[in-house]
Amino acid sequence: MTNHDTIEARAEEIVEEFELFDDWMGKYEHLIDLGRALPVIEDAYKTDDYRIRGCLSQVWLRAERENGRIVFKADSDAMITKGLIALLVRVFNGQPPEAVARADLSFLDRIGMKEHLSPTRKNGLDAMIKQMKRYAVALNGNG
Amino acid sequence: MPTADMLPTSETTAAFDVARLRADFPALHQEVYGAPLAYLDNAATTHKPRGVIDRLRAFYERENSNVHRGVHFLSQRATEAYEGARAKVARFIHAAHTHEIVFTRGTTEAVNLVAESYGRLAVSRGDEIVLSAMEHHSNIVPWQLLCERTGARLRVIPVNDAGELDYDEYLRLLNERTKLVAVVHISNTLGTINPVRRMIRDAHGLGIPVLIDGAQAAPHLRVDVQALDCDFYCFSGHKMFGPTGIGILYARETWLERMPPYQGGGDMIETVSFDGTTFNEPPHKFEAGTPNIAGAIALGAAIDYLDALDFEALARHEKGLLDHATVRLAEIEGLRLVGTAAEKASVCSFLLGDVHPYDTGAILDRLGIAVRTGHHCTQPLMQRFGIPGTVRASFAFYNTKAEVDRLVEGLRKVQSMFA
Repeated sequence: MTNHDTIEARAEEIVEEFELFDDWMGKYEHLIDLGRALPVIEDAYKTDDYRIRGCLSQVWLRAERENGRIVFKADSDAMITKGLIALLVRVFNGQPPEAVARADLSFLDRIGMKEHLSPTRKNGLDAMIKQMKRYAVALNGNG
Repeated sequence: MPTADMLPTSETTAAFDVARLRADFPALHQEVYGAPLAYLDNAATTHKPRGVIDRLRAFYERENSNVHRGVHFLSQRATEAYEGARAKVARFIHAAHTHEIVFTRGTTEAVNLVAESYGRLAVSRGDEIVLSAMEHHSNIVPWQLLCERTGARLRVIPVNDAGELDYDEYLRLLNERTKLVAVVHISNTLGTINPVRRMIRDAHGLGIPVLIDGAQAAPHLRVDVQALDCDFYCFSGHKMFGPTGIGILYARETWLERMPPYQGGGDMIETVSFDGTTFNEPPHKFEAGTPNIAGAIALGAAIDYLDALDFEALARHEKGLLDHATVRLAEIEGLRLVGTAAEKASVCSFLLGDVHPYDTGAILDRLGIAVRTGHHCTQPLMQRFGIPGTVRASFAFYNTKAEVDRLVEGLRKVQSMFA
């Protein structure tokens, strides 16, 4: 059976979705809506152990393995950050850990929110991506 | 949308023409994301007038040379310009002597210099350093490091809900173990103007020297170190329309003579042998290595620029901006101003309902409005107010009421997006 529900396919879907908005306000509002729908990490995990350093806002992240697939839960106190996490969670959740570990995330450059990928902000995003991939590698090893 | 260049006539008076002033600052005239830039992050750094930029360029094009040791023509020109800048700074803050001006990289290095050199001279186990709860990290961490080295300890003047120092508590903290009071003149986060003259008088009454962090005051107030009677006054060039990488430590002559050197290297020595070294006279004793020559000279150009302006008119204009911003921001439902001191500089720190400062700042940025968000390097102060950070709009004399109105309009847009 071939699997069409890949990280790349989901990423393409997101790019197309963002193309529907021709102004920046629309894109932001969509991102904020996606953030609101993020499967949120339980409050018990909102501790320093699960906090990602290097972000301008607070970000907490954890991952579990369910039936051989990875499931991330995360939260942030800033909505735009939460929206960016939601994009990552949407492409990653339910995927095999090894696919997450080697995922190409260049779709983020194509959603038309380049200002959120500027150096200081990108540090935060990079820290998130790195942490997600680290979880994937660890969970893959445990499999 | 009103642009920054379309100014209501009320902002132009006989003594003060903001449009003409803005013309002197090239960086103000650009668009970000298609909107005219409204630069409201002046407490972080100010823009530079054409004269400062030209002076930097002129130095490298015609005078570039190392200072103090050269016998040749260019080196003498560079030395004259560098020492001339020192004299301008001394005049600008009304220091008694030009040699009381030490060039540093900025306020941070000036504070570190005092913590290191004065610390070695005067601070030991059991001594106390008095700071306030509204200090910038730059005026906290050097003292913490000093305390770790010596076994001294910090005492902290509390801040009330308006963002003012508790003066009675300040007086109670002063005692025979207090070796220094180190306090900010104007809070970068709250805008509070502290009563430093009175604080210095009360500390001196007990024989305690005082350091003032003047990073935010230098661009807004007319600083007179003799009238203040402070022992140390630290500020940065880049927050007062000069270049980055150049700052000032003013220190009273008697301290500079007694304090040991800060760093070792060229320029700060008189003679060197492997048996020992004798040191140059102040201020050179505290300026090891090739200094930021171009930066110092261009800071001199910034002072020339400020000197040519009508200071009273600038102060009135900034007060007008603060008053206008305070009234307009209060119109926004759910907006909480942090810092409502009776004596305030043109800084507005606030929170917009439950919206995270980062989200507010990101949307304002997209509208061409530059503000700062976060803890503003004053984490203990944020803890005092029980908040993670604020959005901060900080004004310079080249800002306009039209820009304040754009900020208010932008905040309404933020509210509608995050509602």
